Amino acid sequence: MQFTINDRPVEVEVDLRTSLLDLLREHLGLMGSKKGCNQGACGACTVLVDGARINSCLALAVQYQGRAITTVEGLADAEGLHPLQRAFIAHDGFQCGYCTPGQLCSAVAMADEIARGIPSHVTGDLTAATIALDHDELRERMSGNLCRCGAYNGIVAAIAETYAAAPARQEEAA
Amino acid sequence: MSIVENATQLAQGALQAVMKKAVELAPDSWIPGGVPDPLIAHKHGLVGTQVSRLDGPLKVTGAARFAAEFPLEDLVYAALAYSTIPKGRIATLDVAAAEALPGVVLVMTYKTAPRLNPTPVMMTAPKAVGGDRLPVMQDDRIHWNGEPVAVVLAQTQEQADHAASLIAVTYDTEIAMTRFEDAKADRKNASFMGAPMLLEIGDAETALAAAPHSVDRTYRTPRHNHNPIELHGATLVWQGDDLILHDASQCVAHVAWTLAQVFGIDEAQVHVTSPYVGGGFGSKTLWNHQILAAAAAKLAGRPVRIMLSREGVYRMVGGRTLTEQRVAIGAQADGHFDALIHTGVVAMTSHNNMPEPFILPTRSAYAAGSFLLNVEAVELDMLANTFMRAPGESVGTFALESAVDELAAQLGVDPIALRETNEPETNPTTGTPFSSRNIVAAYRSGAERFGWDKRSATPGTRREGEWLVGMGCATATYPYYRMPGGAARLTLTKDGHATVEIAAHEMGMGTATTHTMVLAERLGLPMDKVTFLYGDSKMPGTVMAGGSQQTASIGAAVIAAQTALFTELLKLAGNDSPLAGLKPSEVGGYEGGLCKLDDPSACESYVSILSRAQRDAVSVEAAGSAPLETQHWSMHSYGAMFAEVRVNTVTGEVRVSRFLGSFDCGKILNPKTATSQFRGGIIMGLGMALMEETQFDERTGRVMNPSLAEYHVPVHMDVPEIEVIWTDIADPHAPMGAHGIGEIGITGVAAAVANAVFNATGKRVRDLPITLDKLM
Repeated sequence: MQFTINDRPVEVEVDLRTSLLDLLREHLGLMGSKKGCNQGACGACTVLVDGARINSCLALAVQYQGRAITTVEGLADAEGLHPLQRAFIAHDGFQCGYCTPGQLCSAVAMADEIARGIPSHVTGDLTAATIALDHDELRERMSGNLCRCGAYNGIVAAIAETYAAAPARQEEAA
Repeated sequence: MSIVENATQLAQGALQAVMKKAVELAPDSWIPGGVPDPLIAHKHGLVGTQVSRLDGPLKVTGAARFAAEFPLEDLVYAALAYSTIPKGRIATLDVAAAEALPGVVLVMTYKTAPRLNPTPVMMTAPKAVGGDRLPVMQDDRIHWNGEPVAVVLAQTQEQADHAASLIAVTYDTEIAMTRFEDAKADRKNASFMGAPMLLEIGDAETALAAAPHSVDRTYRTPRHNHNPIELHGATLVWQGDDLILHDASQCVAHVAWTLAQVFGIDEAQVHVTSPYVGGGFGSKTLWNHQILAAAAAKLAGRPVRIMLSREGVYRMVGGRTLTEQRVAIGAQADGHFDALIHTGVVAMTSHNNMPEPFILPTRSAYAAGSFLLNVEAVELDMLANTFMRAPGESVGTFALESAVDELAAQLGVDPIALRETNEPETNPTTGTPFSSRNIVAAYRSGAERFGWDKRSATPGTRREGEWLVGMGCATATYPYYRMPGGAARLTLTKDGHATVEIAAHEMGMGTATTHTMVLAERLGLPMDKVTFLYGDSKMPGTVMAGGSQQTASIGAAVIAAQTALFTELLKLAGNDSPLAGLKPSEVGGYEGGLCKLDDPSACESYVSILSRAQRDAVSVEAAGSAPLETQHWSMHSYGAMFAEVRVNTVTGEVRVSRFLGSFDCGKILNPKTATSQFRGGIIMGLGMALMEETQFDERTGRVMNPSLAEYHVPVHMDVPEIEVIWTDIADPHAPMGAHGIGEIGITGVAAAVANAVFNATGKRVRDLPITLDKLM
């Protein structure tokens, strides 16, 4: 099987039952993507495939041959940490750090979804040309990434600072 | 529990009572903390400043190495098969299909497992940390629904998982006790940490009956699971008779000792590392998976990686048990409590020792004319329950603080005022003085900040569209603990770099960062000249990351090590130093060296001392003092919790729209990581209030929702911006003036939410979680 992982070509032979997550972790040694439930419920395994976020635990590696996969190890570039990674540190957007790679990958793709005008459950006007990354949009769109330490406020602040011009704090929706 | 163990515990309890009295009566100066830690007086140092986590760059790049991520040559992967009955015997066990699969290295069952000793269960020995006392896979008996019956090792996880699914088991089922109501026929008074929980002061029932005002209610809390996002896992290898275990652990030294007992080897032959832990909350101790993986590794002669499935965690790692609590308060018209009764029943098992001690907060919360406190336990055939974040206080404060709110409503007084009316001068059940208690101040600043004065005293009167809005408050409380066993090694090298080693843990609390700050300030070094090493059983100390005691344990050990280091340095400095003739207590660390405390011009740098003595390094090891301060003073953390909720009149949904925690937890060492800990506790409390429940099938004793899809924890959308403030008043009797704050955040939250729901709707929910069906 051939993949492009974090901009590098990879060729590997694995059992057809291997999930994309286990391919990354157990066969390629990319331990950044985490296993928290192995059933698509926690988001710790979130990676980007051609820029879109997926739960890599629910994906068979064989399905993703030839695709460009980005893991948390691929977010930083030679210049240093991704701005979102720096913001997570500055806003204390994690405690144990186990859900963090998934939160980061998810947020990168989420910002792209907003930029492309894809509405969510809480989007008021489905026909609007632009969607503001407000507090509710952000939290709704990140709700597939669980954090049991409860670093949600810091995560939201970090994402808001990185991707939104407006501050995150808004009136809570009921 | 056996009669012998009961008797032993009671005898220990009696001895402890005598010792306790002596410690209570001793002069303050004899007690650790009698002379305040000099660090408390520092005003402009690192402590108290916002410092980002030192391990942040590793965690945001995926480079932090967790237990199931250690690379080892020739590794095999483990998978488990679990029993599907609660009690009985294995009749047939067919592993042939599993063994025949490609890649399978070993199938281990009770027939082939090595002989193992029963696991020393928590609190039966200083380092015992087993979740239950049962022998692990030693015979055909089944003790709970979900007990492991076979271990498969294979070349890949896929092969192991498939093989485990092919193991065929039949059972001879026996009648199991799995219904709480049935088990209540045989309930016993429970003890906690060697002391009976029954406490009677005066005749509370009579006082309750005679009181002009009273509430007398029953509150229920369900089972909970910790659900750290990191699954329980380990990577381990035997080297001869020595075991190296990379574990996800909040107690490395305890795990090493307990595993040594199980395998009948010396404690020093087990080396446990745990550099990063993906959350624990009480669950990352010693359960069957480490034992089974080590046993299978021994049989196979191969290193093993085991990572439980999420379902596996529910089957094998205990959670918090259910409680049924009665709280009754008798009061005068002016609100003073004549009687405070907090009793009830919890479920545990015959093979563990954890009767959820929900009365703990009530021992010191309020002054009252009389008290009756008791916890009774019943035994069920189920997975052993265990400690989960704020054991006792988290569920106990739900009942106690709901009842106080109910009484306030009945009396027509503000619930904060009612609490102030009953504020005790000294610990109301022991008479010991409080070391530092500023709960009234925390309430005042919290109420002002939250806008408590805008709360309508009449429930159900604030409506916005289809939403009813209400506010509630409750008291949070958790003790200051410090367990015996803290010790540290402190090494100073000739380049002026200090390294402290202590077998402590970083599960996200900020331990490594905060204690780097503390040591840097103690030694007068910048943070980049200080290294804090932890998470390794070969290091000094027996330091559990539990009971919110790790901060104090590390603090006291480092104080002892610092004194030992200063003693050595003064010896090395000799008569040619400006420090000549000084005692360790007369010097402090300042700008890279030692200075005379009352004459900052008398200084010598560490580099100078070591180079003149021609030493590359000086290394000391010291143990913390015995934790007598916890018996001499009544030492607790406090918080005033404020919730605003919105309840939908159509659907019954509850949304927490605002939350504020106002804390009194001693000196806050690192506001940045402390804020996260407080918020994290509060968020787990919101889960407990509104959604968390481990559903237990009382017919089969099986957990019915063993997944994160069906056991709901708070997600981003459930969590508002949570405001956290604190008094920052140092506890003069605690190291650094600080308290551990990992658990207090969860306490009081469920009551604050329930009280807010009552204020919004007029409906009192006494049965957690507060789901919409209870409000329709």
